[in-house]
Amino acid sequence: MPRRDDIHRVLLIGSGPIVIGQACEFDYSGTQACKALRDEGYEVILVNSNPATIMTDPEVADRTYVEPITPEVVERIVARERPDVILPTMGGQTALNVAVALAERGVLDRYRVQLIGANLESIHKAEDRDLFKQAMQKIGMDLPASGIARSLSDAHAVVAEIGFPVIIRAAFTLGGTGGSTAYNVEELEEFVAASLAASPIGETLIEESIAGWKEFELEVVRDRADNVVIVCSIENVDPMGVHTGDSITVAPAQTLTDREYQRMRDAAIRIIREIGVETGGCNVQFAINPEDGRLVVIEVNPRVSRSSALASKATGFPIAKIAAKLAVGYTLDEIRNDITQVTPASFEPTLDYVVVKVPRWNFEKFPGADDRLGPQMRSVGEAMAIGETFRSALQKAFRSLEIGRAGLGADGRREEIDVASLDEAGRRAERERVIGRLRAPRPDRLFRVRDAFRLGLTLEDVHEITRVDPWFLDQILQIVENEDAIRETAAHGGLDDATLRHAKSEGFSDAQIAWLTDSTETEIRERRWAAGIRPVMKTVDTCAAEFRAHTPYHYSTYGDESEVSPSDREKILILGGGPNRIGQGIEFDYCCVHAVQALREAGYETILLNSNPETVSTDYDTADRLYFEPLTLEDILEVVEAERPKGVLVQFGGQTPLRLALGLQEAGVPILGTSPDAIDRAEDRRRFLALAADLHLTLPPSGTARSQEEAKEVAERVGFPLLVRPSYVLGGRAMRIVYDHPQLAEYMVEALDASPGLPVQMDWFLEDAFEFDVDAIADGERCVIAGIMQHIEEAGIHSGDSACVIPPYRIRSGDLELMRRQIVDVARELGVRGLLNAQFAVQNGVVYLLEVNPRASRTVPFVSKTIGRPLAKIAARVMAGETLESLGFTEEPRPPHVAVKEAVLPFQKFPQSDPFLGPEMKSTGEVMGIADSFGLAFAKSQMAAGDAIPMAGNAFISVNDRDHTSVVPIARELARLKFDLCATRGTAMALEAAGLRCRTIPKISEGRPHALDLIANDQIDLIIATPLGKVSRVDETEIRKAAIRKRVPVLSTLSAAAAAVRAVRALSDRPFEVRSLQEYHDPTGPGEEADLFRSVEPVEMRKS
Amino acid sequence: MSRIRPIPAHPTGTRPSAAPRAALALEDGTVFSGLAYGALGRAAGEVVFNTAMTGYQEILTDPSYHGQLVAMTAPQIGNTGVNEEDPESARPHVGGFIAREFSRRPSNWRATRALDDWMREWGVVGIHGIDTRRLTRLLREKGVQRGIIASGDALVGRDDAALVAEARALPDISTIDTVRHVTASRRYEYRGDRRPGFAAPEPSLRVGPLVAVLDCGIKTNILRRFREHGVRTLVFPATATADEILESGADGLFLSNGPGDPETTSYVVETVKALMGRLPMLGICLGHQILALASGAKTYKLKFGHHGANHPVVCHETGRIEITSQNHNYAVDADSAAEQGFEVTHRSLFDGTVQGMWHPDLGLYSVQYHPEAAPGPHDAAYLWERFLDHLHGRAA
Ligand SMILES: Nc1ncnc2c1ncn2[C@@H]1O[C@H](COP(=O)(O)OP(=O)(O)O)[C@@H](O)[C@H]1O
Ligand SMILES: Nc1ncnc2c1ncn2[C@@H]1O[C@H](COP(=O)(O)OP(=O)(O)O)[C@@H](O)[C@H]1O
Ligand SMILES: [Mg+2]
Ligand SMILES: [Mg+2]
Repeated sequence: MPRRDDIHRVLLIGSGPIVIGQACEFDYSGTQACKALRDEGYEVILVNSNPATIMTDPEVADRTYVEPITPEVVERIVARERPDVILPTMGGQTALNVAVALAERGVLDRYRVQLIGANLESIHKAEDRDLFKQAMQKIGMDLPASGIARSLSDAHAVVAEIGFPVIIRAAFTLGGTGGSTAYNVEELEEFVAASLAASPIGETLIEESIAGWKEFELEVVRDRADNVVIVCSIENVDPMGVHTGDSITVAPAQTLTDREYQRMRDAAIRIIREIGVETGGCNVQFAINPEDGRLVVIEVNPRVSRSSALASKATGFPIAKIAAKLAVGYTLDEIRNDITQVTPASFEPTLDYVVVKVPRWNFEKFPGADDRLGPQMRSVGEAMAIGETFRSALQKAFRSLEIGRAGLGADGRREEIDVASLDEAGRRAERERVIGRLRAPRPDRLFRVRDAFRLGLTLEDVHEITRVDPWFLDQILQIVENEDAIRETAAHGGLDDATLRHAKSEGFSDAQIAWLTDSTETEIRERRWAAGIRPVMKTVDTCAAEFRAHTPYHYSTYGDESEVSPSDREKILILGGGPNRIGQGIEFDYCCVHAVQALREAGYETILLNSNPETVSTDYDTADRLYFEPLTLEDILEVVEAERPKGVLVQFGGQTPLRLALGLQEAGVPILGTSPDAIDRAEDRRRFLALAADLHLTLPPSGTARSQEEAKEVAERVGFPLLVRPSYVLGGRAMRIVYDHPQLAEYMVEALDASPGLPVQMDWFLEDAFEFDVDAIADGERCVIAGIMQHIEEAGIHSGDSACVIPPYRIRSGDLELMRRQIVDVARELGVRGLLNAQFAVQNGVVYLLEVNPRASRTVPFVSKTIGRPLAKIAARVMAGETLESLGFTEEPRPPHVAVKEAVLPFQKFPQSDPFLGPEMKSTGEVMGIADSFGLAFAKSQMAAGDAIPMAGNAFISVNDRDHTSVVPIARELARLKFDLCATRGTAMALEAAGLRCRTIPKISEGRPHALDLIANDQIDLIIATPLGKVSRVDETEIRKAAIRKRVPVLSTLSAAAAAVRAVRALSDRPFEVRSLQEYHDPTGPGEEADLFRSVEPVEMRKS
Repeated sequence: MSRIRPIPAHPTGTRPSAAPRAALALEDGTVFSGLAYGALGRAAGEVVFNTAMTGYQEILTDPSYHGQLVAMTAPQIGNTGVNEEDPESARPHVGGFIAREFSRRPSNWRATRALDDWMREWGVVGIHGIDTRRLTRLLREKGVQRGIIASGDALVGRDDAALVAEARALPDISTIDTVRHVTASRRYEYRGDRRPGFAAPEPSLRVGPLVAVLDCGIKTNILRRFREHGVRTLVFPATATADEILESGADGLFLSNGPGDPETTSYVVETVKALMGRLPMLGICLGHQILALASGAKTYKLKFGHHGANHPVVCHETGRIEITSQNHNYAVDADSAAEQGFEVTHRSLFDGTVQGMWHPDLGLYSVQYHPEAAPGPHDAAYLWERFLDHLHGRAA
């Protein structure tokens, strides 16, 4: 069946901000879908509030709405664009749920819009746990015993039936939101309440726990002629009970016979026919009882998913692209397999390698958070590795993970147990400790399995404790045995070539071998090269080499035949950013993709190296050649050897490649753009101070300390408060603000014992200062400012977590001039070629420079989308030798509109951890609000971030003494906007003194009903609470936790509060209007002249 | 409580120091040096690659592979050991087995043995630890190769050159009648085989149509499929005569899969010729090729054959696509089949080769691929109904 000609305009719904469980895999799928649909000649309208995506690049869709993905807003877009169809299966759970809402509000009927890819009924059957259960029983599929609960009493009834432990899973959620295991009545009541709250339809499934069973996923694709193919099978190394997103997984499944696999395949096909997924990709999860092979179905996701992105990268079969074409009418046999170019897409990929995915967590950023893994996903990213065996893929995956490991242990990290030196008692103790750790799965699980084997536990023991399949355990046991073999041979007469080669083919990194043979990584590398032991590059081709592959998608192994030979074109290698984690996310992949696109346009052959399966950069047709490899010096050097590029770009992938710059240069690899030495001058604190001194830049007074005494001295010289951090960490890790000597001493104790000898960086903390982010590009001659962002939260809240706005809305033009001048000076002094980012803080009219990052920054996509110029592309061309002049980027753009970036925080997922913002970044994603006025832009950003500001209701205000006067105008404005005010005593007195009506409510310590009670009873709609200092920390923490549970917006700074007030006013002033980026950027297009005066402060603010 | 079956693990794993060496030599002069697995010794035959990711036990015991050296493209083979239920015949037929890595420790609740000692018991010579992707690419470019696997004593005093020479000295497959080695020794009625685990309870058949099976190396799953469809099967040696078959009172004739070049089975071709028009027939794989030859159509040898479980086939009648299990080195020439009155019903979407045909006048059905799967997808199961409707029509 050919493409549908009855439709012309397609609305594609994106997935919005990156949150845990819904990350950039949906940018990958959405971007593929947009491309595919436009190639077919359809007009594509896109809505996505996340600016850091490739899909929201103006050239990807015909019209791009960077607007909140809520039913109301999408309805406006539908009304404005009148699409023929909506494709809701590319934007994760967000898009699916919005589509359902639109259908139920009659929007689809009203505007005669059709859903394609999935219909309402099938979405319900798949996502509504109750309907799903019925559907499965109808076709005779086995499920764990379960019951549906819409109330606590339901829950008790169900448990009376099936007994503890039970798994609780909410309907219409993803990433296991609202999922947990309950072992007793108390837990049951707590979790069910949470789960019902999490489910948009207030329904949750209570199911017999089959934790410990084997878990599998099948990625299924179906076309409208009812042809079905299974693209990939994925097996979870972690058994049932750990969310697939938090599980180490392997593709293809390793421990099934053909009978068992085919039975699962047949079931999957029956299931999607019953669910009625008409066309496209879909993901089916199964569990198998390892005792007797009983097969049960867990769930179906009737859309592309994290797993389908993984499957696409693992097999070379682009599920989203194909799904998009199927959605508009093609059948599988009508679509060609890009890779073989001779065979159709109607086949099942076969793999001649093993793929391992390992999740990346960030628990360390959420002190107090429970890091035991369960049915709720909490990883923030993942790394994928391809190897000739499970073992080598696993080792690669662990060294891709950016957790400072060179593989699965054997790398001399502090936690490494020195088994040899232990006596029997010592061993017994260690064994007990390790067993204790193993009982509950944690991020370090496989490292502990390795310890267990090294301490002499048997495979059977470890299986009893972990329930991990013996086959996987045996693979790890083999890794341990190989370690010993390497150690021994090295000990007796040194490492011979045979052993070295074997070690490499087993996946050991040079660093691991170095540690095992107490040598150095460099020595091992030289030794290896001298012996001619180099990896070969193999190809991912969907067909195990049965057909010739035309898509250069490669990985390294230690086989004997390499399939790549460098072309004679001029090549540039772009290094990606590795797995997403807080502080380094999709923004950097966006930059890498732009660099690739720009250099392709400029006629270079582009080679991309990355290890993150969720990304657009690792789509095999993004760059000319793709290497799916870990971002380590060893692996990069081998790709350089295979490809011999003219140079390497390290500026776009965030800190990861930046940190490799020096090493690469020492190894003789040419680095394009800003020199590694210049990078070092900016990154190395001491060298940076010198540079600042030369350029007469004002930095906050600071010092470094290696001991309590030194710390005391610095504190006396600089004064409190102080911002302290171990000087070697980045991403704001382990930063803290200390207000007095005792706090400082306490911090120093931790810091010194965490990393003895390493200096602690101490900066004078600028309180109540406004922070600014500046992005610029320099070409060695000229430096052009691309955008200046003013943060809404004050300095002290990490730039990545603070909302910010272009243009700055409250700053003296003189100060802006000063920042511009300083940036230009720094750029010239460092000889920057490419991007440059700096943060400033302005306090009492003084401009302080906080830091300079000579690389693409987190804000590049946001700025690019605001000013309508592709910064990363321009920078890439500059780094390849062109000038800003020749690229026509010579002066700072001044957009007529206002754009606000808001951060999205994962506190929901870490209930035990204190939900406070500080100098350590905690947000997982961002959204953009764009409009003609600050108020409206801010309102949109809040809406998009998921906590829309109420238009009226009860505002609870509790601010510190310093803020008592300046909160008054804000409160007055709220009163005028029909909010009822309530406040804690101090604040209330200030407000009443100013003549405002306000109800006084006690602090938690003072009596009840206090704020917590009111929040619990839904009697508070908005909270303004500025830090009260450590005194009443308790109150604050409790109030915030309660607010997060109830999703009540909390404004923690007066500037945010003021912004919110303006947002409310903007919304009540004029109707909310939506407009596409293309319209914003096209000066000739429609759209009233923005007048910035509308954004002049209505309320007097104390700051600056 | 979970218990792991106490299956002895392969002693050495993959450490070169520990495991005995093995070599694979090809007629083109290439020699792969790796490690021995399973039995030590010498295996000679045609080297083919198979791209199926599951089902090695079925493949090892599929008579169609008689005398071939099979290289699996999936890198880790043997993970689920060997069980009682999955063999496709009483013994292994693969001449030698090749993989990137054979598992040293099986894990599966049905496994009763490790692949290693099963192969040793049956004398199946294996080699692993070689670059199987290179081997596959070589076979893809140069076509099927004659080869030798040697390990243990078979390696002593033989250098690479010697092994290559032996490979070159091997007879061409198309000159040997391999069917004789795998056909049933005498006629028997299939009464079903007890299969715990997956077996639907075997119905005991008194009534229902009777199909005569010419056994050229049949896979048990084909007989099971007939049985599941309520058909009694009477299995004949490939050497059976047309009269013997007619006397049995069969309602139809089934031509089984099997090894080798169809042209070496002239005696079967003759029998079939004699029965054409007198009995409706269904042929699978070799049976399909024999049917073509018997009708006067031609067959030819493919460069490296089809061996895998992911081959898309389109059914012209319905336009539907089936993902099929395939294992053949020879194919039916479409034009010559058309001349003999066949309609091509199925084609491969990989290379357009004939995958199914039928003869409306003579009631002949045949498919090149394996609707009985084992290993492979079950998409093609409907074919049985097709043929059986026809039979039931007659039987009634
Ligand atoms: N009955 C059960 N017993 C034990 N673990 C379960 C059960 N059902 C689900 N799980 C675990 O919870 C995880 C999340 O469940 P799932 O339905 O996939 O939620 P989501 O829609 O968020 O993916 C699964 O990956 C599985 O590991
Ligand atoms: N001296 C200071 N006074 C106030 N806030 C500061 C100071 N130094 C840093 N910060 C805050 O800490 C955040 C993180 O510091 P930064 O040096 O940017 O670390 P990172 O490398 O993580 O970006 C900044 O965004 C800023 O809000
Ligand atoms: Mg789900
Ligand atoms: Mg799931």
